[in-house]
Amino acid sequence: MSAARPIATTRSSAGMPTGRLAVWWVVVSEIVIFGGLLASYIMHRLAHDTWSEQAAHTNMWIGAFNTFVLLTSSLFAVLAHKAAEEGDGVKASNFLWMTVAGGATFVVVKAFEWTSEITHGYTITSSTFWSFYYTAAGLHALHVIGGVVILMFIATQARKQMELHRVELIGIYWHFVDVVWIFLFPLLYIAK
Amino acid sequence: MSEEHTHHPNYVKIWAVLVVLLAVSVIGPMFGIRVVTLITAFGIACVKAYLVAKNFMHITATQRFVPYLVATALVFMLLFFAGTSPDVMKPDGNNWVKPGWIEVDIERDVSLHGAHH
Repeated sequence: MSAARPIATTRSSAGMPTGRLAVWWVVVSEIVIFGGLLASYIMHRLAHDTWSEQAAHTNMWIGAFNTFVLLTSSLFAVLAHKAAEEGDGVKASNFLWMTVAGGATFVVVKAFEWTSEITHGYTITSSTFWSFYYTAAGLHALHVIGGVVILMFIATQARKQMELHRVELIGIYWHFVDVVWIFLFPLLYIAK
Repeated sequence: MSEEHTHHPNYVKIWAVLVVLLAVSVIGPMFGIRVVTLITAFGIACVKAYLVAKNFMHITATQRFVPYLVATALVFMLLFFAGTSPDVMKPDGNNWVKPGWIEVDIERDVSLHGAHH
């Protein structure tokens, strides 16, 4: 082990590697952020029946397709974790690139979806429903984009058999992003 | 890499269950029955989230304080909801009424909603 290795690789805190502990702290912080946003959405949605007619303009099939894409990308992320634990960096890297493809597909589909909605006049200032819609889905999409960037970095390292413990760490984050979408999908696309 | 090794279940099988649950959550609300929609859309979302957290994030295989931390964050979310929802969801209460600007906001929403049709 060289002296240049990051502290998170070598140090253990609270019975687990500091890297994993840090990612769980990130996840808990994110639960508060997304939880607050979704709780606000739910209480406003329950208080305003007219929102259902606004929600009727969202495309459930696009939402369902993107849910499928994220669930599948989560499968690839956990298979990458398994491969990394077996010490197979190349296989882990391949699975991580498949996860990247899933994330990229999600963002491209979302871009087309938003373009269609905006050109039909449904913008972030159209009504409070659309403000919530773009804020929640946009914040989630930013997390997907951030995750994709980190995934690409870790996939490149994993191919060289470097820092394989990071495969699990980005996996935890990516599954969390998936879980957030699992709740956004029925709230924004199904409840009409 | 850490010295620990995670127990790896059959991930493809879990993914298949998640996809089936997704299909049910899409088909369920098509019946237009409120209870069925709530169960199939939101109940199944909770089941899917649990399956991902347990099998993909391995939350039950990590140190016990991790699920407690996550549960604490969720409890804070519920506290936030309980503390603020009466103000949002009720038009009036004991010794208070909703401020006029909120009514103006609602009217704006309704008029914009009408403009789209």
